[in-house]
Amino acid sequence: MVLFLACVAFANEVYAQVTFERLVNSAKEPQNWMTYSGDYSGKRFSALDQIKLSNVQTVVPKWVYQTGATGKLETTPLVVEGILYATAQDNRAFALDARTGRPLWMYQRQLPGDIRPCCGRVNRGVAILGDKIFLGTLDAHVIALDAKTGNLLWDVVAADYRTGYSFTVSPLAVKNLVVVGVSGGEYGVRGFIDAYDSATGERKWRLWTVPGPGEPGHESWEGDSWKVGGAPAWNTGTYDPATNQIFWPTGNPAPSNRGEGRAGDNLYSNSLLALNADTGKMNWYFQYTKHDEHDWDATQVPVMIDANGKHLIAQADRNGFFYVIDRTTGKLISATAYGKTTWSDKKDAEGRPVANNQASPTLAGRTVCPGALGTTNFMAPTYDPQTSLFYVTARDQCDTFSTAPQPYEAGHAYYGSAYFPSEEAEPYQGFLKAIDPTTGQIKWKFEHTSPTWSGVLSTAGGLVFSGDAEGNFIAFDAASGKPVWHFQMGGAVYAAPIAFGVAGKEYVAIAAGSAIYAFGLP
Amino acid sequence: MFREHPSRTLNHRLPGRANSAVTRLTMLTVTPMIVLTMIMLSRVTLAFASDERNPLAGDAKSAKAGEYQFRINCALCHGLGAHGGGRGPDLTRAHKKHTHSDAEMFQVISNGIPGTAMPANGTNGQGVGMTDKEIWQIIAYIRSQELKAPSKPAGNTSHGKELFYGDANCSLCHMVEGKGGRLGPDLTAVGGSRTREAIIDSVRNPSRRLAWGLTEATKEFPQEYQSVTVVTADGKQIKGVTLNEDSFSVQVMDTTEQIHLLEKDKLRSFEKSRQSAMPKYGPDLLSDKDLEDIVAYLTTVGAK
Repeated sequence: MVLFLACVAFANEVYAQVTFERLVNSAKEPQNWMTYSGDYSGKRFSALDQIKLSNVQTVVPKWVYQTGATGKLETTPLVVEGILYATAQDNRAFALDARTGRPLWMYQRQLPGDIRPCCGRVNRGVAILGDKIFLGTLDAHVIALDAKTGNLLWDVVAADYRTGYSFTVSPLAVKNLVVVGVSGGEYGVRGFIDAYDSATGERKWRLWTVPGPGEPGHESWEGDSWKVGGAPAWNTGTYDPATNQIFWPTGNPAPSNRGEGRAGDNLYSNSLLALNADTGKMNWYFQYTKHDEHDWDATQVPVMIDANGKHLIAQADRNGFFYVIDRTTGKLISATAYGKTTWSDKKDAEGRPVANNQASPTLAGRTVCPGALGTTNFMAPTYDPQTSLFYVTARDQCDTFSTAPQPYEAGHAYYGSAYFPSEEAEPYQGFLKAIDPTTGQIKWKFEHTSPTWSGVLSTAGGLVFSGDAEGNFIAFDAASGKPVWHFQMGGAVYAAPIAFGVAGKEYVAIAAGSAIYAFGLP
Repeated sequence: MFREHPSRTLNHRLPGRANSAVTRLTMLTVTPMIVLTMIMLSRVTLAFASDERNPLAGDAKSAKAGEYQFRINCALCHGLGAHGGGRGPDLTRAHKKHTHSDAEMFQVISNGIPGTAMPANGTNGQGVGMTDKEIWQIIAYIRSQELKAPSKPAGNTSHGKELFYGDANCSLCHMVEGKGGRLGPDLTAVGGSRTREAIIDSVRNPSRRLAWGLTEATKEFPQEYQSVTVVTADGKQIKGVTLNEDSFSVQVMDTTEQIHLLEKDKLRSFEKSRQSAMPKYGPDLLSDKDLEDIVAYLTTVGAK
């Protein structure tokens, strides 16, 4: 704690550039939250311990910032040297005094009227590097803003939004690069992951997530289906400085709910990709769901953890299985159901769950668990190195999938099927689950009143924070899952919490409803 | 001008939720259904004046394409064959409550119906909006399915009203046009927004699908009419339905219509049930003919 206070005192006086070295060594400055997941490993764990099990009952709201936006607020704020950077719908971005919530600057992009967002006009946050803030836009541009003023520094076109491309992802800054993955799996785009020079906006590499003719994996697509194969990459990956590898997950093949016409595994949809950070060259891939027909994007944060002397990736996948992968080799170590699943009852030679013959959608409709929204979705999980547990928001919900063929037309929705709530299904249930990654076993679970879209944060104070659909922000005992504090924010949570420190005081922040909330000790 | 999320400010109980009507829904249509302030005229409605006819009218191929669009975008509430479901009205009716002309239908699909569960195109937060062409295809499909003349309610409306307020005891718990009880959903609009089959099913099997109550602006799932029994710290038992609930508090209306605002951790016990507070009206309690009369009454009121 002494180190923390000294560090904060220093940082408040000197505005320092956010260098790549600082991002690599983010553990040395726990008062700052400098990347989407708080560090490169994706753990969303804060080493701050001022707010702890013994005093969390006294936590109070410190400030609220109203964004004025409507819809789902999915942003993860960043905090550096007492300034909080966040986003809201329609590509709003803003910087706030993190002690008071008072804005320093606000930016809102002039979006064209015919953008094609999939699932709300949402954004999950910015990246910071040097003195710049980076934002992916709903019209498929990548832009850089001046961190002190919000002034636009550069603006590059990544793709033509009229064909269904957009960005909702929070970018990842690595070395001198800004890495983004594209959205558009509902429009039959051809997915990609891009890296831009943070100084100029020049594109340094692009990895097409659907391989073209002559490239490995191309044979996993029937005919010309690869051209509209989807495999977007709309959630933020992680980075391993030791091997200079980016781990980035991909989403559904298109059309999302109809496999006919795209026979094959449909690489690299629903996969984890290990990329060389300098070149974007793929070192290995692991495909979670082959030939997906249920919209089970694998776009969950691939969390880097080390256990039993092994360097691992843990990912709670939308398809209902919790995967542990050796991140050195890309080989599967284990896959364990962590929610209600009916689509798979056996595993292949590698140990990967494979679909049974009752999984494919039919014209009359077929009930499958999990449903199209998945056991989890984009909501960020956390790994707490103190409890060695992985915490994730989960839901049990089954849907009836019914085919509805439609032709591909550029820029038009391209699903190929409809899904309905299952008539026979039990009521939907939502949980916060604590999973032991070494065994896949669920250590504890807390049942929410209804399923939530909130991410999860763990802290060194022995706490796990998450929000619910009823508007509560809740602190749990990380060891037992018992709720130990809550505050009613008045709007449902679709975002993930963070922790930060200013002037020696710890704060916890989260977006809910149309606002950003910060909490602290009285 | 662009489409934005629907304003999510509706915080009262939606009218016309039959005590059957709804099962749980996917994200596809839940919170987003509430469309309030969004009656901004979009470029779409400007382009099609009220006397516009469907450019695809009568084209069988368009109607077929519309059937698939309907499955993807509409069937969740209106049923696979447009015959209505637990949530949405039967669109094969010759007379629809909100739309008559093709242009009106286009307007409703584009902008939704404020204060009802009908969302504006592309605003449900999950999935993407339809193009103009796809909307016209859907209208072509609906026209291909609808009856040419209105069907008269089979039952006797005035007898249905007598039963509703009399021997059948419906009004003990349900209001129609401001008269009746509060424990169950207001049924004034139910006849206009639910199918005959859905209403009958909700009377015969009230627990099969619980009715929806409060729909909160940003929340994915609405509150259901769940039955609840609590025992307070001082040993008092309260039985009723949940007006709302979260992990820490519950708001209950008891069987005498008293509201109780309760903190869960202060209760001696708290039990919820998906067994509806409404009794199951089998044919022994309510004959098919009498039920048909009640449906006729509700349909007549709901058509107003």
